[in-house]
Amino acid sequence: MRTPFTIRLIQSTPKSGWLAIAIFATLTLVCVPLAHLALPESNPLHLSAYTVSLLGKILCYMVVAVAMDLIWGYAGILSLGHGLFFALGGYAFGMYLMRQIGRDGSYGADLPDFMVFLDWKALPWYWAGSDSLLWALFLVVALPGIVAFVFGWFAFRSRIKGVYFSIITQALTYAAMLLFFRNETGFGGNNGFTDFKRIVGHDITSPEMRVTLFALSAALLIACLVLGRYLVSSRFGRVLAAIRDAESRVMFIGYNPLHYKLFIWTLSAVLCGLAGALYVPQVGIINPSEMSPANSIEIAVWVAVGGRGTLVGAVLGAGIVNLAKSFFTVTVPEYWPFFLGFLFIAVTLYLPDGVVGLWRSLRERRATAAASDAAAAPVPAPRAAASGPDPVAVSKGATA
Amino acid sequence: MIDLTQLDRAESAAVAQAALLANEQREQWESEATTSHLVKSGELDLSHNVILYLDDITVSFDGFRALNKLSLTIDAGELRCIIGPNGAGKTTMMDVITGKTRPDSGKAFFGQTIDLTRLTEPEIAHAGIGRKFQKPTIFERLSAFENLELAMKADKRVRRTLFASLFDEERDRIAGVLKQIRLTAEADRPAGLLSHGQKQWLEIGMLLMQEPRLLLLDEPVAGMTDDETERTAELFVSLAGKHSLMVVEHDMAFVEALGGKVTVLCEGSVLAEGDLASVQADSRVIEVYLGR
Amino acid sequence: MFRSIVMKRMFGVALLLTLLAAPARAALDPSLLAGFAGDFQGRMAAIEALGVAGGDDARRVLDALEAGRLGVIGGRAVIVDGDTVRDAASGEALDQGAGDVELVTLNNRVRRTLANARAALALTSADRAERLGAAITLGDNPNETLLPVFDRALAAETDEEIRGILARAAARIKLASPDALTRLRAVRALGESSDPAVKNLLEGLLQKRDGNWVEAHPEVRTAAKLAIDDIEGRIAIAEGVGTVFSGLSLGSILLLAALGLAITYGVMGVINMAHGELLMVGAYATFLVQGLFRSYLPAYLDWYVAAAIPVAFLSAALVGVAMERLVLRHLYGRPLESLLATWGLSLVLIQAARVIFGPQNLELANPSWMSGGAELAAGVVLPYNRIVIIGFAVFVLVLIWLMMQKTRLGMFVRAVTQNRPMAGCVGVPTARVDTLAFAIGSGVAGLGGLALSQIANVGPAMGTGYIVDAFMVVVLGGVGQLAGAVWAALGLGIFAKFLEGWAGAVIAKILVLVFIIVFIQKRPQGIFALKGRFSDS
Repeated sequence: MRTPFTIRLIQSTPKSGWLAIAIFATLTLVCVPLAHLALPESNPLHLSAYTVSLLGKILCYMVVAVAMDLIWGYAGILSLGHGLFFALGGYAFGMYLMRQIGRDGSYGADLPDFMVFLDWKALPWYWAGSDSLLWALFLVVALPGIVAFVFGWFAFRSRIKGVYFSIITQALTYAAMLLFFRNETGFGGNNGFTDFKRIVGHDITSPEMRVTLFALSAALLIACLVLGRYLVSSRFGRVLAAIRDAESRVMFIGYNPLHYKLFIWTLSAVLCGLAGALYVPQVGIINPSEMSPANSIEIAVWVAVGGRGTLVGAVLGAGIVNLAKSFFTVTVPEYWPFFLGFLFIAVTLYLPDGVVGLWRSLRERRATAAASDAAAAPVPAPRAAASGPDPVAVSKGATA
Repeated sequence: MIDLTQLDRAESAAVAQAALLANEQREQWESEATTSHLVKSGELDLSHNVILYLDDITVSFDGFRALNKLSLTIDAGELRCIIGPNGAGKTTMMDVITGKTRPDSGKAFFGQTIDLTRLTEPEIAHAGIGRKFQKPTIFERLSAFENLELAMKADKRVRRTLFASLFDEERDRIAGVLKQIRLTAEADRPAGLLSHGQKQWLEIGMLLMQEPRLLLLDEPVAGMTDDETERTAELFVSLAGKHSLMVVEHDMAFVEALGGKVTVLCEGSVLAEGDLASVQADSRVIEVYLGR
Repeated sequence: MFRSIVMKRMFGVALLLTLLAAPARAALDPSLLAGFAGDFQGRMAAIEALGVAGGDDARRVLDALEAGRLGVIGGRAVIVDGDTVRDAASGEALDQGAGDVELVTLNNRVRRTLANARAALALTSADRAERLGAAITLGDNPNETLLPVFDRALAAETDEEIRGILARAAARIKLASPDALTRLRAVRALGESSDPAVKNLLEGLLQKRDGNWVEAHPEVRTAAKLAIDDIEGRIAIAEGVGTVFSGLSLGSILLLAALGLAITYGVMGVINMAHGELLMVGAYATFLVQGLFRSYLPAYLDWYVAAAIPVAFLSAALVGVAMERLVLRHLYGRPLESLLATWGLSLVLIQAARVIFGPQNLELANPSWMSGGAELAAGVVLPYNRIVIIGFAVFVLVLIWLMMQKTRLGMFVRAVTQNRPMAGCVGVPTARVDTLAFAIGSGVAGLGGLALSQIANVGPAMGTGYIVDAFMVVVLGGVGQLAGAVWAALGLGIFAKFLEGWAGAVIAKILVLVFIIVFIQKRPQGIFALKGRFSDS
């Protein structure tokens, strides 16, 4: 008999996973808000505004990491342009935030400050509707989605793979960054959007709003994890794995890889966009540097550090690297690039399966050493592409 | 450069047959032009008992003609063996049939109505042509069971696949094929860990799951033990009739075991056609295989 | 401001000295100076007359007027020289007190006339800059009376730029002539030009002012139209040539960056994201060599670039070999991981450069033989440094080609590029080939950095922008295809420059990207790809 979808959705995440999610949800949806709102500042458990924003920011990064893992860890497509989708979501929501400033900007005009500064008299056409929250939310999903869909359609249709695809995504985000740097593009040029005042009329700096945004980020992350877990354990996920192994074989048994790649690619971009939309009000600024190739490639490192091909690895990786970054940039900023650079090298050389892989192999070693409770089979998650060759560029190798 | 006097009977028969077919097909085309609304396109039409027409196919790569005016037909339910020296164009022919390579000129029809040169690989697979590669290509990271599940005939569009789950009867069918290819014990192991022969079998199993009308098999018994080869031959013979098969093989014992008609390809076109004994007796075939 | 005042002072002192040295030299016709005793009109006429007459004495008088030392005593023009009063025409000292002299006053119109007259005199100066300045001053408000001055200066002038300005000024005067034939001749003469300024001048004739044509005669107007077309054609050609040239020089840099990348990518199937940083290494090596020359061999400073060639090559090659040995070798067959690891390397290299050399951009001086440029037409200058870079790229290309085609190593590299396992089977030492190929590819990138240092600033992040472009060249050209890389680099360079001229740099960049994506739709294997059964996996 066919199992109903909802049950399959629930079953796709193992019990231990649900337990972890429950703990995480309690922490983020109950403990953190209480610690920030209810506890007085003198209390040692009180969380400062800075900490809540930092954690909220990292939650958004974790969503991005999960989105990246879906496309890279499971479909074997390394995107070096995911920062673009993140930024597009951020800009889409940022437009709404700019309009919410109303006449409280430094020029006291109806138009956002940077437009007044450029001596523009009216909003450009693409800002139409930006004062509506619903439209903004639609754009948050649609903008990265459409860009990803169109780009992906062209790229996947011409069977651009492997490093080719990676580099072209990098070029894409680079070009977009240049575009957004221009004042004439109408998104604030260099400075981007900042000085936000409120969301749906509520003060954006109020503790309640901060906690709400934080909780929304946490909820988004949980939703991403459950959805991602379902996807990768469904037949769809197996088709993705199959495409990664032998794309032409997949075609000859009747699946069109283009559609599958396009779906997961667009979904991944939309998730990034949502994360970006939640990120912007929490950090209070969005500018084109979010689209710089360096930012996008850093996302890949989060996933690599945590462990590709495991959703939990992506989340861990984003957390570890970003906490390290906060630590470094506060204490020894000039060493951060060295640390990050060596992290890139060390992870790819010595930790191909990331922290999760390390933990697993340690546990396996212990299990074989003890050789007692071998029955405790770990959750069978698709292994990362450490051993097999990734689909190399179109012109290599032979089938003859 | 071909000396016409040297054409033997089989050859001229083949030429005549090809010409006849070309004619027939043109007629078919012309009638189709008027009655196409009657034939549901996309549905395999075997009204002339022919499942595959290749007519005058030419494929060249940078001046090198891999296929040179190749014409070939396979009847419905037939088991055809294709032999030929290296570089004769066997793999390229399969590429053309499965949509991987587009011919420079010529026609390729599946049944009476399906123009293969206009379809993509997945569409061709959907129409009912299954292919087994020379080198076993399976999904190494998936288990044998999952390999078969993916190959199973089903709606393979994204929307359906997202929400797909196995019916009990589908599960039974996979179990049946696993038994047939003797991989029941290995069902849950990653396919990458199977032996070479087992991989070959798994790929054949995937073909079976696809339930294709026409199977293209590129050297299916390479790397198999004699015992395995024998069983493969038995399987193929049992499939013929319900399915049509086109087998490319170098192993003459295997070809002999299959019985059926043999086509010899050389330098991109058909050199000879007939049963194995008559082909093996053909002086030009001997020349091609033993050197000039 | 300050500087010009000082110059004037010095000039004044020098003038004084000359005057003292040769006090008695009469040359000027006193009648020329009569006007100074009259009204402003008379003074202007006198000034103009002096300007047209030319000569050292006229200059002396005009300089005195400028300095406010020209005066009149009893209808006679005199120059006050300290306490001495001298006759303006002859320079003889007169026995009259400076207090009796009525100094000649100037108003703005007279001052303008004076400036023109002084410029007219300066046209015969031996100093090119002075002549150029004078020509520009005169060209701004030409005056009919100056026509003979222009004609005289034109006859003697050899400098093209000054000639152009003078000829244009003369033509403008002639265009205002009441005689239609003179105007027609002037228009036809101007049609020979390729200067946008002349075009503007002629276009002025074809406008109407207050309902009347600026140029009354229809035939002259027709001639003007033809002349404008001619000039426009020449400008378009010159601009086209200029764009193609800058495209070529951009393409040369791209080629130098891409050649190395094509080799390493072809051999190892690895995109070296730190390839741009190898350019940076080459550029900093050039900077160091320049510094060494400056300190120890200042006499040969002009040749530091030549000395930097091996240094840039070797230093980049060394860094490349280290990368290959320490990192890439261990990532064989994992191209995406290699991408990340090499990106990490690039981060480390950039930060290292920042720590060692500081974050600021350094500007390298071109050697003198590379500064300046060849002027193709008015406004289109082909800078020598870019010409040298194009030549250098060709030189490197030929070397690489020879290496790939004629040496054993080249054969090995080609073999490994085409089929690594097979090459290994027939005894090609693939590991050594990898290292050597990486060294050469990196070295060529270093040479690219050397070239880049001659036209752009050297800074820690200078290489980051080039990796994507270089990779695009490799994609367009087809992997392992030298000819493809050349065509792709030059084509991309020229295409980008034309787009830049048309749509601006940013839009051009985006359009190039779109073009490449569309191109790959049509030819996924690049311009010069191998087709056939080996071309897909």
